[in-house]
Formats: sequence, C-alpha cells, structure tokens
Amino acid sequence: MLEIKNLHVKLEDEDKQILKGVDLTVPAGEVHAIMGPNGSGKSTLSYVLSGRDGYEVTDGAARLGGQDLLEMEPEQRASAGLFLAFQYPVEIPGVGNLTFLRTAANAQRKARGEPELSAADFLKLIREKAKTLKIDSEMLKRSVNVGFSGGEKKRNEILQMAVLEPRMCILDETDSGLDVDAMRLVADGVNALRSPDRAFLVITHYQRLLDHIRPDVVHIMANGRIVRTGGPELALEVEQNGYGDLLAEVG
Amino acid sequence: MADTAVLAAQAAASADKARPGDAALAARLDVLTLPEGGFTRAAREDAAQRLQAMGLPGPRDEYWRYTDPALFNAARPEAAEIAGDSSTLFTEIERLNLVFVDGRFDAAASDKLEGEGVEIENLASAEGRADHWAAGLYGRLEAAGQQPVKRPFAVLNTLTASDGVLIRVTGRIGRPVHITYHRSAVDADVSLHHVVKLEEGAELTLLETGAIGARSNVVLEVEVGKGARFHHVSAKRANDPKLGIGHIFARVESEALFKSFALTVNGRMMRNEAVIDIAGDDAIAHIAAAVLGDGDTGRFHHDDTVFIIHGAERCESRQVFKKVLKNSAEGVFQGKILVKPGAQKTDGYQISQGLLLDEGSQFLAKPELEIYADDVKCSHGSTTGALDETALFYLRSRGVPKERAIVLLVLSFLADALEEIEDERLRDDILGRLEDWLTQRAGNQGKA
Ligand SMILES: Nc1ncnc2c1ncn2[C@@H]1O[C@H](COP(=O)(O)OP(=O)(O)OP(=O)(O)O)[C@@H](O)[C@H]1O
Ligand SMILES: [Mg+2]
Repeated sequence: MLEIKNLHVKLEDEDKQILKGVDLTVPAGEVHAIMGPNGSGKSTLSYVLSGRDGYEVTDGAARLGGQDLLEMEPEQRASAGLFLAFQYPVEIPGVGNLTFLRTAANAQRKARGEPELSAADFLKLIREKAKTLKIDSEMLKRSVNVGFSGGEKKRNEILQMAVLEPRMCILDETDSGLDVDAMRLVADGVNALRSPDRAFLVITHYQRLLDHIRPDVVHIMANGRIVRTGGPELALEVEQNGYGDLLAEVG
Repeated sequence: MADTAVLAAQAAASADKARPGDAALAARLDVLTLPEGGFTRAAREDAAQRLQAMGLPGPRDEYWRYTDPALFNAARPEAAEIAGDSSTLFTEIERLNLVFVDGRFDAAASDKLEGEGVEIENLASAEGRADHWAAGLYGRLEAAGQQPVKRPFAVLNTLTASDGVLIRVTGRIGRPVHITYHRSAVDADVSLHHVVKLEEGAELTLLETGAIGARSNVVLEVEVGKGARFHHVSAKRANDPKLGIGHIFARVESEALFKSFALTVNGRMMRNEAVIDIAGDDAIAHIAAAVLGDGDTGRFHHDDTVFIIHGAERCESRQVFKKVLKNSAEGVFQGKILVKPGAQKTDGYQISQGLLLDEGSQFLAKPELEIYADDVKCSHGSTTGALDETALFYLRSRGVPKERAIVLLVLSFLADALEEIEDERLRDDILGRLEDWLTQRAGNQGKA
C-alpha cells in the first residue's frame, strides 16, 4: 500500500536535513507503528507524505498503491486515499464542522468520479459515525475544532477518518492527550476500520495504544531514519527500557 | 438660490490664498445646474455657503491621507464601461422596489409608492413643495455631522443632489424598501440624497443594490426615533468599475436600533463615511462592511471612515470591517469612537481586519478612541494578515481543492461582518452572492 524508499527531506528555507533516508513499506491489511524519540522526524514524515509546504525532498520516493505521492497536490493525495490524523488538529474559526466534512467528502468523491452524497445521506452517515465516537451533534455544528478540548480534537480526527474512509491512514500521536475511555473509543474506531484493503501507520510514544490496536510491525525512528523494525515486542522493550539501549545497539 | 456661476467665480478668484481643492470646486460648480426653490432651498443655500468656506479636500488633508480625492474632485468623471447586470439580490424577497436610472427615479419601473405605515416619495417630485416633513432633516443631519472634520463631498451633495428617496415610517412596514440602481449612460455623474425618518417605535429595512453611475455621490440621512428599528443592507453591483463616495448621517434616539451593513465586491475607488450620533439612552448602533477587492480589473481602493458619537448613557456601538484584498488592492479603515462626558456605561467595540491574498496589497487602519466619561467599556482591534497556511493545508489534506479551500477561508474571515445582517434571508442571499463570485474567480484563476 505505502512504499517509502530512501526518503531524504530537508527544510525548504533552512539548511537542515530532517529525514535522512527513510525506508518503510506498509502492505495492505497491516497496522504498523512508529515509535521514536522527540524530534526524530516522525511528524515530518507524515507531513511530507501528505504534501505540506515547507519541506524539500532531496532524494528518494514515496508511493501509495503504486502512485507517486510526491508528485501530487495534498488534495489529490487525499482523494487517492491518504489520510493524516494530525498531531495538532487545526482550528478553523468560521468554517462549520459539518460544512467542512461534507465539502471534503464530496470533493473526494468528485475527484474519484463517484456520485456526491446528498445532504440528507451525509447527515445520516456522520450522525451514525459520531455516535460511535461519542461526539455529540452540538459539536458537529461548531466551527472546525474551535473550542474543542484536546481529546475532542483527536476524536474529531478519527470521525473525519471514519467518514472519509481512506485506504492509508496515518495517525500522528492520536493517543496523546486522551483519557483512558477516549483512548478506547479511538482504538475501537480504528479497529472498526481495519480491513484487508486498508493499512495504518500509527505514530505513538506509548505502548498503551498498541494494547488496543495490535500492530503487525513496530518501527523505531531515530535521527531521521528507521533504525529498527520488529514485532509488537519491540514496543514493550521501548516501554520498559527507553530508547537508550536500542539506539546504542544501532550505534 | 445661490448663483453657481458666481460661486464658481469666487472659488476661482481666491487664488492668492488658494486651497488645494479650489480649482476643482470652481470646475465642479461651473457645470452645475440647481433645481429651483422648494423645501430644500434653504438647506441648499446654506450648503453653498459652507462649501465655499471649506473648499474641496486636497491630498494634504489629514482626513484624506490614505485616499486621493482627485477623482472625486474632478469636474467630470471618466466614462466607465457598464458591467453586465446579473444581479438577482433580494429579488426573491417580498419588497417595495424603487428604481433609479442614472440617478433619476423611474416611476414606471418602480412599485407603487404606498404601504401601510409609510410615506414614500422621490425627492425630485416632492421638493417643489414649501412644506415637507423632510425639511427639518434634509442637509441638517449632514450639517450636524461636519465633525470632527469637514466632509465637503457631503455638503456638495446637499447642494447638488438631483433626486433621492424620502421615507417616513410611522408603523412597522411589513416588507423592506429596496432601492435598485441602474446605469444606462457610460459617463453619468450621479448625486442622490435620501432622507429616512422613523417615528417612535417604527421599523424599516432599507436595501440598496445595483450600479449608480460612472461616479456617484450618495448621502443617506436617517433619524431613528425612540424605540424605532432601522436595518440597512447595501450591496453595490459586483465588478462595476465604479467611483463612489457615500455618506451616512444617522441620529439614533433612546432605545432605538440602527444597523447598517455594506457589501462591496470589486469596483475602482470608493469612500464610505458614516457619522452616527447616538443621542438617546439605551440605544444600539452597529455598522459593518465586507469588502472584496481584486485589483485585476484596474486599481482597487476602498476606504471606510466612521465616526461614532456616544452622547447618552448605556448605549452600545459596534463596528465590524473586513476587507479581502488582492492584486495591489488597497483597503483603508479610519474609525473613531467619541464618548462624550456623561455617556456612562457606554459599550463601544470596533474591529477592522484586512486579509491580504498577495504581497502587493495593503490594508491601512487608523482606529481612534476619545473618551470623556469614566464608566465605559471601549475596545478596538485591527489586524492585517495573509491566509492561514496551516488551515489551508488542513482543508486540502482532507481533499478540499485549494481554490475551494480559499473560498471557505475567505468566507470564514468575513463571517463576523455578515453576522451583522439580522434578517437571515438577506444574509443568505448576500452569502450566496459572495460564494458565487469567489468560486467563479477561483475558477478563472485556475485556468489562467
Ligand atoms: N518547519 C520546521 N522548522 C524548523 N524545524 C523543524 C520544522 N519541522 C521540523 N523541524 C525540526 O525537525 C525535527 C523533527 O521534527 P518532528 O516534528 O518531525 O519530530 P517528531 O519525531 O514528530 O517529534 P515529537 O515526538 O516530539 O512529535 C525537529 O528537530 C524539529 O525541530
Ligand atoms: Mg511529532
């Protein structure tokens, strides 16, 4: 599903290399986790994959289902099935949550040549998804993320994911700032979407989320590279010993 | 009636202590023909005297620091192409429609001037009468509003206005009064003067749409009586290469409500001045504008200059001005709140914001507060900024195409100003119009 090869990325305006040759493949149907120290480049990877300005790819490639991601505009990547749940979801005063989601859903459908959803069908869809995530309809009426608590913002990301039904979902620290119950809701939301046609890349610092979302593969990122790849036990190792030993091993 | 040829000669003659606008004034008066007599006569004569004394503004006038008055001063406007008329604003709403073509009332095209609780006439037909309810207001609110600076174009308007509407409301008129402007001559230089009086407890919604002239000078004098409610929504025609100056002079009595909203979508050079005198206790006055200026059709310059006078207790004023600027467009906002001694518990609010869609555009704001009472709450703020790149990326990352995302963000920027339109039907109509225009623009750009 997602294939990243030797990806090198620097800041556009600064002479600062952040990703220094990332290699990563996530096959359809699998859940991969990325862990790694603060500042190692995890969010940068997710932004570059989704097409944010400010970064320059100096080498390497990234493909989604065989399509060259790096050639596409952010909205084209979304229509191609890529979704990023932001580490810091953005507030957009004056744009209603419902308007936003409906515009997004229909824009994607249009781009894929599918029929747009009627207002009534859309409302039905979103109400149903919101209910399972315990997001009340009053929140849907408010401006995008404005006045939402940290946890509500994260749940709103998962709601968007559930409505847009992407095939490649990247979750950047969706668990941070969530209370125990909210974490369970988010994990249930993700698990409900697991399917043989869909893949997940879950960025997290904590083993806890991975107890709920069982990953197939765990990667450790450090200093702009994937330095270790293993099974779920790798996450436990990090939880118990921190990164010190792991990174020392790699050298 | 003052002889305009003499006035012109006098203006030209004071050459030794020549003021910047003198030559311009002489030229303007030279081509003037004034109506004979009638109830406006005294006010027009008074205006002639006042204008003589103050002259037209020059580039060095502090009040004209950000806007060059030259085009308004010129004896004649340049011919300006007439934009296609696709305006359908408010046409679905039950209203009383008054049509002006090149600044003349068109009775045949207008609805019958009658309604429950309202007297409506057009100025040109009514002003032959010696007695008229409007005699106490025509040019009087304008004269009272010559503070804290001179507003010569309003005086010129009182002196020269060729027509306008006179509306006196005694009850609650069930439908809005809609003034629709049309242009037929490419070089029409139009001066209109409207007088509106709401008696105690009366209610009126006044709408203005269309294109007035190649150059227009419009004065609206409004007296909102005790407990009366006045709503004003104006939306001049999009893309018309207009040159316009407008003044609103309002007096708001106790417990009354005054709300004015103006939409500008492109054009060339516009200056809107407002003087709102909140004269009675517990009154409310709001004024707002949403401006979209794309300099691609020529230079775009839009100036809002507002003066709010709090002269009574427990009154609320609110100014919300939002300008979206692109392609070297210029937006100006000068807003002043004066709280007079004794105007306790005043609640004054002012916000002016410029959204610059490129680097060549600019927004200039000059907020001022002058407060002589101690128990008041007044706040003002002004911001200038570009589109929020993070928000733009967020929208795009969800699949919203860039052009559409920009439209959404621009509309959200304007939302607070649009909120000032109370009537939802009117607001939705304006919003729809804005969205269409922005979408069409975005589409054009995509192709370019
Ligand atoms: N736009 C930027 N300007 C300056 N520095 C940046 C920018 N984006 C990323 N960086 C730097 O790149 C490095 C990687 O940042 P990134 O946010 O990708 O880390 P991360 O692994 O997600 O960390 P965390 O676990 O704290 O979220 C950091 O040193 C960060 O300061
Ligand atoms: Mg991060």
